[in-house]
Parts: sequence; C-alpha cells; structure tokens
Amino acid sequence: MNKQETLFNYILRIADSQLILGHRLSEWTGHGPMLEEELASANTALDLIGQANSLYAYATQVEGKGRTEDDLAYLRSEREFFNHLLSEQPRGDFGFSMLRQMLCDAFDVLFYSALMKSSDNTLSGIAAKAYKESQYHLRHSSSWTERLGDGTEESHQRMQNSLNELWRFTDDLFAMRAADLELVNTGIAVDTSSFREAWFKQVSEVLERATLTIPTHAFMQKGSLEGRHTEHLGYLLAEMQSLHRAIPGVKW
Amino acid sequence: MDATALAANFENKLAKNENIEPKDWMPDNYRKHLIRQISQHAHSEVVGMLPEGNWITRAPSLRRKMVLLAKVQDEGGHGLYLYSAAETLGISREELLHQLLSGKAKYSSIFNYPTLSWADMGAIGWLVDGAAIMNQVMLQRTSYGPYARAMVRICKEESFHQRQGYEIMSVLAAGSPEQKAMAQDALNRFWWPTLMMFGPSDANSANSENAIKWKIKRESNDQLRQRFVNQTIPQAELIGLTIPDAQLKWNEAKQGYDFGEPDWEEFNQVIHGNGPCNKERLGARLKAHDDGKWVREAAAAYASKRKLVAA
Repeated sequence: MNKQETLFNYILRIADSQLILGHRLSEWTGHGPMLEEELASANTALDLIGQANSLYAYATQVEGKGRTEDDLAYLRSEREFFNHLLSEQPRGDFGFSMLRQMLCDAFDVLFYSALMKSSDNTLSGIAAKAYKESQYHLRHSSSWTERLGDGTEESHQRMQNSLNELWRFTDDLFAMRAADLELVNTGIAVDTSSFREAWFKQVSEVLERATLTIPTHAFMQKGSLEGRHTEHLGYLLAEMQSLHRAIPGVKW
Repeated sequence: MDATALAANFENKLAKNENIEPKDWMPDNYRKHLIRQISQHAHSEVVGMLPEGNWITRAPSLRRKMVLLAKVQDEGGHGLYLYSAAETLGISREELLHQLLSGKAKYSSIFNYPTLSWADMGAIGWLVDGAAIMNQVMLQRTSYGPYARAMVRICKEESFHQRQGYEIMSVLAAGSPEQKAMAQDALNRFWWPTLMMFGPSDANSANSENAIKWKIKRESNDQLRQRFVNQTIPQAELIGLTIPDAQLKWNEAKQGYDFGEPDWEEFNQVIHGNGPCNKERLGARLKAHDDGKWVREAAAAYASKRKLVAA
C-alpha cells in the first residue's frame, strides 16, 4: 500500500463510522420517547452524516479516481466498509442507543481534539468543526446515560444489560492498521493508543455516576479494519443503498 | 368589566385587527376553536414526520439524506412551537398528547397516505407543503397572537421545504424513464389528497363560519384551494408532469383554472379512520409512546433523586 492508499483507507475508517452511526441514530426520527429527543437524535445524526460527507469528499480527492462521495457511501459492499463495530449495532432501546452514543462520543471528542493538530490541513479543518459538535453530543449522551442508569430499577437493569452487550466492541474503536503508523509518524494521523486511558477514565466516570458496572470478562470483538463486521451491517447497507443501486448512474 | 363590556372589548379588538393575547378575555368558543385548530396543526406536524421519516434510511444520496433529515427535524420543531402556542390557551401538552394518542384529536388526513417511492418525498414537499403554506401564510394574520407569531417562523421554513420538494421532482422528471415515471406516479397519487387538505367546500364546512367571523381564518377553503391550483399547474407544466385531472381547464373569465371535484367520500373515509395508513400512523406514535414510558419514568425518578440530594 502506498501512502496515498493508506491515507484513503484511514479517512474511510472515520467517514464510515460516522455515516453508519448517524444512520442508526436517524432511525429514531418519529419513534423517540419524547419529541425533544427525536429532534436531538436527528440533530446529532445530521452532524455525523455531515462529517462523513466532508470526509468522503476529501477521500475522493486523495484517491483521485473520479469517484464521488455517493459512490463511496452507496456503492461499496460490507466487506469494503471500515466503520467500527459499535456503530453498526441495531439501535436497541433508547438507552442502548444513548449508551452506545456516549461510548462513541467520548472517543470522538478525544480523537478529533488530536486530529485538529494534524499536519494535513483538510483533516485538521474537518476535525475542528467535528470536535465542537462531538462535545455537544457527549454532553447529551452522558446525561442520558446517567439519568437512565440511575433512574428506576427497570431503567438501571436495561442500561446494565446494554453495557454488557456493547462493551465487547469497545476495543475495536481503537483499532489501527500497521500502515497507519507511518501516517502517525508524519503527523497526519492520530495514534488512538495515546488517548485510550483518557477515554477509559472519562467513560468510567460517566458510568460510575450512572451506577453501572463495566463488565470485566467481556471477550473483545475485532475485525472492522479488515471489513469483517457483525451480521447487522449487511442489512443496514442493503436498506441504505437499495434505491441508489436500483437505478444506477443517474442524478438524484 | 362586566361580561358585556368584555365581549365588546374583544369584538372591538377584532374589528381593529388587533391581536388577541393569552391574558385577554375571549369567548369560550373562540378558545375551544383555537385549541382544536392549533393542536390539530401540531399533531399534523408530528404525525407528518412519519411518512417522510419512512425514507430517511433509504434516501438515494448523502445530500438528500441530510436534507430530508433536517426537514423532518424542522417538522418536529414546528410541532413543539405549536404545542406551546396551544398551551397558552390553558391546556397541557400531556392532555394534547393524550387526545392524539386516544384518537380523539385529528391531524391532517394527508399523512394517512403511504409514501411508496422516493418521488413521494418530492410530492410531499412540493404539493403538501405547498398547500400547507397557502393556509399558513393566511394564518400569519390570524387573530390570536401566539399562533400568528408561530406561523411567521413556520412559513419561512415551509417555503424552503416546498422548494426542496419541487427540486426533487424536477430532478426526477428530467432523469431516466424510471425516475420520470416515479415522479408522475407520485403526482398522480398525491394530487387529489392534496386538494382535500383545504377541507370541504365552503358550503359543507362545519367550522368555517365562526373561524372567519373571529378572524382566525381570513380566506375560505375554496379560495385557498383555487389559489393553490392556479399556482401549481404552471409548475407541473414547467417540469413536464401531467396533473391527473381531465377537467382541468383555464378559465379566462375568472383568470384561474377550472378543475374537477375531489372524491369527498374518500376524504370522509380517511377522516373516519379508514385511510390506507391511519392505523400505522397512530400505531407508530402509540408504540413510540409506550416504548418510551420507561425512559420518561427514569428521567422523572432521576430528577426527584437530585432534588432530594439538593435539599
């Protein structure tokens, strides 16, 4: 892999994760526990899909093969998607979605704050905007995690079950390719291991306030960087891409 | 002031085209009429999120996905302003929500039709929002202050939605044969239900007379419907789509189009719960409400725990 391909794949990893997470969140529109939360979910989803869109646009430039943002989003199969495994899990109940969101938002805040310092101006620019957005997202998802974790007996149990279910995908958030280290060395990419502890600390604090316990024996699932996903992604893409693929090559 | 003086004061304000404000005296029937109308309007926005929400996960490009998501979000926002406007009349949001979920309150019948293709996102923006704007532009001058002010903001966003919808339709109409067929089919399905949105003909409209007298409504159903038809025909022609009405004809004398009569029997059926999606729409809202019960309970429990800690 040359440097250009490495960078292209690196950008796709970020873009795919935000698109898939945004897509999952958008599924709440019209179905939330209260109107205010439907607006909030839609708003966060819009931010995430907007980030993905900017990143895909940059990826097409880096690739230089004349593909468009939509080609990248709508014409790749699940084995070619590099989103992290957390993002693709079905939305579950509202608490499941908020907890997953908190885990991802905490990652995004730290990741983007590091990427803002990238020597690549396009990436640092996208990161600066996304960083601000992810701070709002984290405030929102943390407060719901706390409220639902420390709410009623039922809500506590639901949240603990969700945490038990989700925790095994958290290692995969931090996965990096060996080739990415080259980008790290030239100051373009972020070494996720550099903020792993900070993430754990932050997440632990939220979970503690939420009276939730991090499972200690979760077997960590991996594979997203090789395009090995859980079975859920295939269905998500089948839905998302169906119309775009049904009438190929036209303007929408 | 005694009752007669209060009533005279109210009439006087209406006559001078001054707004009636929440703390002003108003006749009970005026209040009831407004609660009914504003809450129906709010419910329509909220239920109206569903037919378009149906295509968010399948929107055919990233741009379309974002625009649609933003649009549906706007509708939810309109619902919120309108619930707040209704609350100024002395009814709670819980009560309004209960009226919707129990089937007591109505919402616009148009949302009981299914969205079967992507082109329906165009048809809804162009036609349904276009028809809604006709009403809402008039409502910016409605006599009740909070409602009029909510409408000013809503109208701005709605006209943006309408342009977006028309743009979807024009891209499809200029696209591949499949896309053009999709656009025409959406127009065929949404045309008549859109005309019904203005309500029955003035002669048969139960609530119209008072609404006009109190300056809640300032134009009749038929006037608004005519204006909508006049505006929409040239837009359809411009993008090469055909309005599905054999009786449509320019009338030089009235400087407007003559057009066919909507199927009012269908309208009555849909209003009385027999539209293609009545069960699904209300069912989706009920399911969201039931599924969200534990969330609302937990939020309340958490809040009261914090209060105890603070005290």
